[in-house]
Amino acid sequence: MKSLAELQAIKEKMQNKVSLRATEGEETIRVVVGMATCGIAAGARPVLNAFLKEIEDRHLNNIICTQTGCIGICRYEPVVEVIMPDGSKTTYVKMTEDKVARVVTEHLVNNKVVQEYTIGAYEK
Amino acid sequence: MIRNHILICGGTGCTSSGSAGIMETLNAELEKNGLQDEVKVVMTGCFGLCALGPIMIVYPEGSFYSRVTAEMIPEIVSEHIIKGRIVKKYLYNETAVLEEQGVHASLNDTNFYKKQKRVALRNCGVINPEVIDEYIAYDGYQALGKVLTEMTPAEVVQCIKDSGLRGRGGGGFPTGLKWDLASRTKAEVKYVCCNADEGDPGAFMDRSILEGDPHAVIEAMAIAAYAVGACKGFVYVRAEYPIAVHRLQVAISQAREYGLLGKDIFGAGFDFDMEIRLGAGAFVCGEETALMTSIEGNRGEPRPRPPFPSEKGIFGIPTMNCNVETYANIPQIILKGADWFASMGTEKSKGTKVFALGGKITNTGLVEIPMGTPLREVIEDIGGGIPNGKKFKAAQTGGPSGGCIPASLIDTPIDYDNLIAIGSMMGSGGLIVMDEDNCMVDIAKFFLEFTVDESCGKCTPCRIGTKRMLEYLNKITSGKATLKDLNDLEDLCYYIKNNSLCGLGQTAPNPVLSTLRYFRDEYEAHVVEKRCPAGVCKDLMHYEITDDCKGCTLCARNCPVNAITGTVKNKHEIDQDKCIKCGVCMSKCKFKAIIRK
Repeated sequence: MKSLAELQAIKEKMQNKVSLRATEGEETIRVVVGMATCGIAAGARPVLNAFLKEIEDRHLNNIICTQTGCIGICRYEPVVEVIMPDGSKTTYVKMTEDKVARVVTEHLVNNKVVQEYTIGAYEK
Repeated sequence: MIRNHILICGGTGCTSSGSAGIMETLNAELEKNGLQDEVKVVMTGCFGLCALGPIMIVYPEGSFYSRVTAEMIPEIVSEHIIKGRIVKKYLYNETAVLEEQGVHASLNDTNFYKKQKRVALRNCGVINPEVIDEYIAYDGYQALGKVLTEMTPAEVVQCIKDSGLRGRGGGGFPTGLKWDLASRTKAEVKYVCCNADEGDPGAFMDRSILEGDPHAVIEAMAIAAYAVGACKGFVYVRAEYPIAVHRLQVAISQAREYGLLGKDIFGAGFDFDMEIRLGAGAFVCGEETALMTSIEGNRGEPRPRPPFPSEKGIFGIPTMNCNVETYANIPQIILKGADWFASMGTEKSKGTKVFALGGKITNTGLVEIPMGTPLREVIEDIGGGIPNGKKFKAAQTGGPSGGCIPASLIDTPIDYDNLIAIGSMMGSGGLIVMDEDNCMVDIAKFFLEFTVDESCGKCTPCRIGTKRMLEYLNKITSGKATLKDLNDLEDLCYYIKNNSLCGLGQTAPNPVLSTLRYFRDEYEAHVVEKRCPAGVCKDLMHYEITDDCKGCTLCARNCPVNAITGTVKNKHEIDQDKCIKCGVCMSKCKFKAIIRK
């Protein structure tokens, strides 16, 4: 180790790998993916992986990405809920891998809900 | 993509309750379900709640599974990992209750953790101690980098001085002052040393730090070496700590590979390397001069001071010696500043202290609390109180060198000076809780037996004096002592205290003196009434069968020495000459017809 920059590089590389172990803070955004039988059958696993990858690629460390059981709206699976630090909740339905990048950029980073993917848009 | 981290405790406590096997089962189960690329299993250091081991935490939820067995693993994998449904029935009771109420609960929401403040233990149970990158991810080696590139040795010493950190090994000597003295010694070669010869019965914080966060000690020793002008470090650790030794070895070789030990660290022209020396487990080797003599390859015996180690230490080279826990605080102080550290604790005792909770307490384990926390909070809130509804009688701190804190002083804020004032001492941080079933004379005897065994024999007051003390105690517990013996015992205590060569002998009478101070009535009951109030001292009690006896023969059949005679449906009798007072008959009797007197 000949410089602080080297140390910093290792730290940054590793930080994303251990950020999963962070306990929730005030600023934490929770992304919850429905992973019951219905969710998995509808393709929730690739969606979850896409979220994880996007979050790591963008070095976002205030986001906890977790899974949950059946939310109860099986016909809309895969369902993803985003819970912002203020407690407001958005439910995205019929998620696919391709939709993930937009949700991350617009909602998680810029705090702008992607209206057309939400349950509200589908219910109309 | 990794979506879950499963942390399993690999400390000595959980290892002995089978965590290694659970890790194997878990890995196999994950592979069976094709999840090995999505879930990462991490072995960590001690979480602290050893009573509930083996402990397993699943992130990102932070779900806290306790007393995990291999049989639980398939269910946890299929429910929690695959379907995201936390298996509430296996959770630690307190978090399970919160989950039932719909509150998302993790480790930090439990009473055990809520009141703790983890500084020395901050990475224990968080990182994998055998992966240097994980330590670096949690700000590891940042402090060393800062010290070497931005600070002068004098500034480092000043920072430690300002923090108010005192030696965590027991004595409580100001660490900054120690570093200052060592840095002023004029010598070409100097050493730093780490005392990991933790010997107090019941204390295991140094072991847990070495097992859970070995790099913190390495980093701190390098910082200390820079501050005092040393080029080499020794870690003296007891061979009874195989896991700690192994992880420290792994950590040292990783640090060498990264150039964090060796020549020209961070390009700052500073060289430092270290080696491990194993101790054979003699208690006296925790005393610094004995420790250094042992490192030199000689029999571990203390020597008179002066010369102090800061002038003449290992192999005659000036040596600065600190305890593991003291070192573990250093990187944090450098990174967060002396003011941050000094903001915790009391006026003269800053920061936090790790205690090993043991004895009659629900949550046996390792806790770190800010100095000045009242003993009551530690025992009742963090420790979960005394099991089986018994009453708190006393707490013993400082091991064989310390003393007892009686129930009347349970609100004492714990710090160095308060403990000394009430006749105990901080020691390395063993905290043994006793309830009404403990006999205080017996406790004093237990510690005396330990010091008699461990006295190195070099000086007479300790070698012969402690033996004589033990004889007095044996006389008391067997009901043969007089009140004069009690006074003689007290005089002998002060004599040994004043005349012994090293700390071992000087503090050996403390358990007797402090129990005499607070529980003299109990000593007098043994001497005058020939009675042990707690019913522990076997020579002072006997068992009797009352008229409630139904003649069921259960006691006679269970007596290991056939001391009970009698026929069916007739009252039985105990032959007092044969009876070994094991108490089996009393616990077996269904009619409460056997009493202890």
